[in-house]
Amino acid sequence: MAKSHVKMSVNGRDVEALVEPRTLLIHFLREQLNLTGAHIGCDTTHCGACTVDLDDKSIKSCTVFAVQADGAKITTIEGLAQPDGSLHALQEGFRMMHGLQCGYCTPGMIMRGHRLLLENSNPSEEEIRFGIAGNLCRCTGYQNIVKAIQYAAAKLNGTAREEAAE
Amino acid sequence: MNTPVLTREQREAKLEGMGCKRKRVEDIRFTQGKGNYIDDLKLPGMLFGDFVRSQYAHARVRRIDASKALKVTGVLAVLTAEELKGVNLAWMPTLAGDVQMVLADGKVLFQNQEIAFVVAEDRYAAADGVEAVEVEYEELPVIVDPFKSMAPDAPVLREDLKDKMTGAHGARKHYNHIFEWSVGDKVGTDAAFQQAEVSIKEFISYHRTHPSPLETCQCVASFDKIKGELTVWGTFQAPHIVRTVASLLSKVPEHKIHVISPDIGGGFGNKVGAYPGYICAIVASIVTGKPVKWVEDRIENLTATSFARDYHMTTEIAATKEGKVTGLRVHVLADHGGFDACADPSRFPAGFFAIVTGSYDFPVAHAVVDGVYTNKAPGGVAYRCSLRVTEAAYAIERSMDILAQKLGMDPAELRLRNFIKREQFPYKSALGWEYDSGDYHTAMQKAMDAVGYKQLRAEQAVKRAAFKRGETREIMGIGLSFFTEIVGAGPSKNCDVLGVAMFDSCEIRVHPTGSVISRMGTKSQGQGHETTYAQIIASEIGIPADDIMVEEGNTDSAPYGIGTFGSRSTPVAGAAIAMAARKIRNKAQMIAAYLLEVHEGDLEWDVDGFRVKGLPEKFKSMKEIAWAAYHGIPPGMEPGLEAVSYYDPPNMTYPFGAYICVMDIDVDTGVYKVRRFYALDDCGTRINPMIIEGQVHGGLTEAFAIAMGQEIRYDEIGNVVGGSFMDFFLPTAVETPKWETDFTVTPSPHHPIGAKGVGESPNVGGVPAFSNAVNDAFSFLGATHIQMPHDHWRIWAAAQRLGLHD
Repeated sequence: MAKSHVKMSVNGRDVEALVEPRTLLIHFLREQLNLTGAHIGCDTTHCGACTVDLDDKSIKSCTVFAVQADGAKITTIEGLAQPDGSLHALQEGFRMMHGLQCGYCTPGMIMRGHRLLLENSNPSEEEIRFGIAGNLCRCTGYQNIVKAIQYAAAKLNGTAREEAAE
Repeated sequence: MNTPVLTREQREAKLEGMGCKRKRVEDIRFTQGKGNYIDDLKLPGMLFGDFVRSQYAHARVRRIDASKALKVTGVLAVLTAEELKGVNLAWMPTLAGDVQMVLADGKVLFQNQEIAFVVAEDRYAAADGVEAVEVEYEELPVIVDPFKSMAPDAPVLREDLKDKMTGAHGARKHYNHIFEWSVGDKVGTDAAFQQAEVSIKEFISYHRTHPSPLETCQCVASFDKIKGELTVWGTFQAPHIVRTVASLLSKVPEHKIHVISPDIGGGFGNKVGAYPGYICAIVASIVTGKPVKWVEDRIENLTATSFARDYHMTTEIAATKEGKVTGLRVHVLADHGGFDACADPSRFPAGFFAIVTGSYDFPVAHAVVDGVYTNKAPGGVAYRCSLRVTEAAYAIERSMDILAQKLGMDPAELRLRNFIKREQFPYKSALGWEYDSGDYHTAMQKAMDAVGYKQLRAEQAVKRAAFKRGETREIMGIGLSFFTEIVGAGPSKNCDVLGVAMFDSCEIRVHPTGSVISRMGTKSQGQGHETTYAQIIASEIGIPADDIMVEEGNTDSAPYGIGTFGSRSTPVAGAAIAMAARKIRNKAQMIAAYLLEVHEGDLEWDVDGFRVKGLPEKFKSMKEIAWAAYHGIPPGMEPGLEAVSYYDPPNMTYPFGAYICVMDIDVDTGVYKVRRFYALDDCGTRINPMIIEGQVHGGLTEAFAIAMGQEIRYDEIGNVVGGSFMDFFLPTAVETPKWETDFTVTPSPHHPIGAKGVGESPNVGGVPAFSNAVNDAFSFLGATHIQMPHDHWRIWAAAQRLGLHD
């Protein structure tokens, strides 16, 4: 099958590759770029395990062709920590609040939480529940995921206030 | 100076041992996308396998033509039953003593059954190959309803068994019959019913569903022809059993088979059994000489790799007018699909269904289970359940409510009157199990007090009156469930899987500098073993949990064990951990005595080391002892500080709990709202309360899903209706209720640390609580039993049947 040339920014790094037009973005990320953090949990865009950030939106990368992401800016779970390795507030929050068990939904869930908090820095519990309704978790019952996102929101807001004070 | 600077409490806290809400070790990699799951694995030259599957539920396969597929770019091979016959693997044994086709051998018995395995250079090419394989079918009559399986003129499903009137579990009554299993006293039970002042009888169905972990079943097989070694990485809850079975089937010696379970994305029983994908990947690797990956897609997972439940239970209770139960009689028709692939211990074709007397003091009981074949997916796995315990708990907890309704008695009062009393433990049940410990009255009372049970009933009475006056269209249900589980399979005297005894194991190796590596025969799928097992060791040998690495899943390095399912990790492996740790501590005591120049008997254990009795300054920490174990060993003693324990439990453990669900239902729309759900669990000694709470949240969410809509349903010709996440109900954060958790602690008297296991309790106890809430809501309108699942449509239909829309 003829291949198409794609170019995109992934976690701040420019990448170029040849892909089949039918290659799904999730397979491109996982198999060509070896970014295996995002997972595949269904075939029908329901579970959200493959959630990444594409041009400032949460997308399910199993339902986007790699060629559709040509020119896009993508962030995956691997790009969330600071360059010095310090973890994002969500990564810390999920551990502190026991927001994960098997870990399979976690990268997608954290990436969704990341975009949710950028859109609404202080969401209510109901807003969080609605905001992550596109991401399924089979282990936690969501209660601690909600707490993890609240933890991160509080931490990010606290940090933001400190920065503003400085 | 050996005098510790920290206080005793500080030293204990530093260990992060049992009882501590220790944060999980696993999360550090999982939150950074650095988990290592099967599909993350990439080997040089790795190929990809994909299945051609049956369109029909029952058909003869007349012809399979792979010629076009073999011309597809990237396709290297197509395996069918004919190829597998060459290596004697067209069929495989199931855990239940049956055999199952790996690839269709002449016919297919369920929709999406595996017919051919296409091997290609990548997953896209494999899918292209699957499309190009041509299969010619001749349709056969289909059995979907298990009650029609044993009709005199029913079509023959298993032609291979047609003339065998004895199966793995005794006599067969019909060519579509698998087994009849019975337990208890039939004569005595029949007599109890003849003399009964009151009795109830209800047909209670527990529908077919599926565990559906977020990661599907997958593997990578790699056969090294030069060394004659086979390595299989897979989503295996029981990697050691996989190695043994793979050796027996392939004739590759067991030491040349390396089975590795890396991180597993949830299991819930789905990843216990052996599936055709594993066999085909192994054969394909042997044939091609290259690693072969097989990854199920979600539809394949829901429709082909096992199912759970599908038990249809006619349940009867005999009682006095005062509400004292006098007998229990249950008959179950069990739909096992096309092949009996239950994941039960071999001598228990109906698992531990004999726990069906529940938490109640039944003087006599009798249960019979008939297993039958139908044209549905094979299996009968224990979906977050210790092997048919969910079904048993549902039957008894629903029936107790039905009896209460008949007696005009409050269901809580009926339970309190019939509970096994604290002083009756250890308690021998009418169906033969010996319950280890319990304090049911205390747990039930605590639950009732916590939710304000009396006030809830008063509120319900007011609402019912208002409904009858036509002032509201909302009804209120209060669902109780008081379950007793039987977990921790199990004692080798009665528990084995295909002859493999169900012990478990732990190896602990203390390094000279006082840190530890420890390995077990179990395998976490999200339960957090790396965190909690280290806590047990920390408490037992006084080394901080952070200095203890727990490793599972590599059969080359881990001691042999049976794996993680049926809530057996803590009851069995947890016990092995404590026993191995105590061996370490015993040797450490001898070394400490040498270092402190006293007799062993003069020492006492003190948090993280040994102290000379009466001389608090004479102390040796485990860290010091560890160094001495290698580099300062007493003369004549063997150096080193490590131990292995294989633990064969003397009995099962019996966790229990009291759950209460409060639900409001709109009779005109069928829409319900779970107003409150309170779960009290008693799992004995609590190792990590944070993880216990997480397990309960997750199990309750699965119970909510099952009770309120999750179902694998078939149409009349055997098509799976709803085999994707489009239709299969997995609750999102929006639908999922909020959970309140609570506990009592009644340790297991026979377990070294008193722990009982908790992971499955919320699923076992949750389902009846939800279903009882729905049924309780409608009971004052004349309903006796409304079948699950209780989705909005079916609740609406129940209201319709009761004439509420007239």
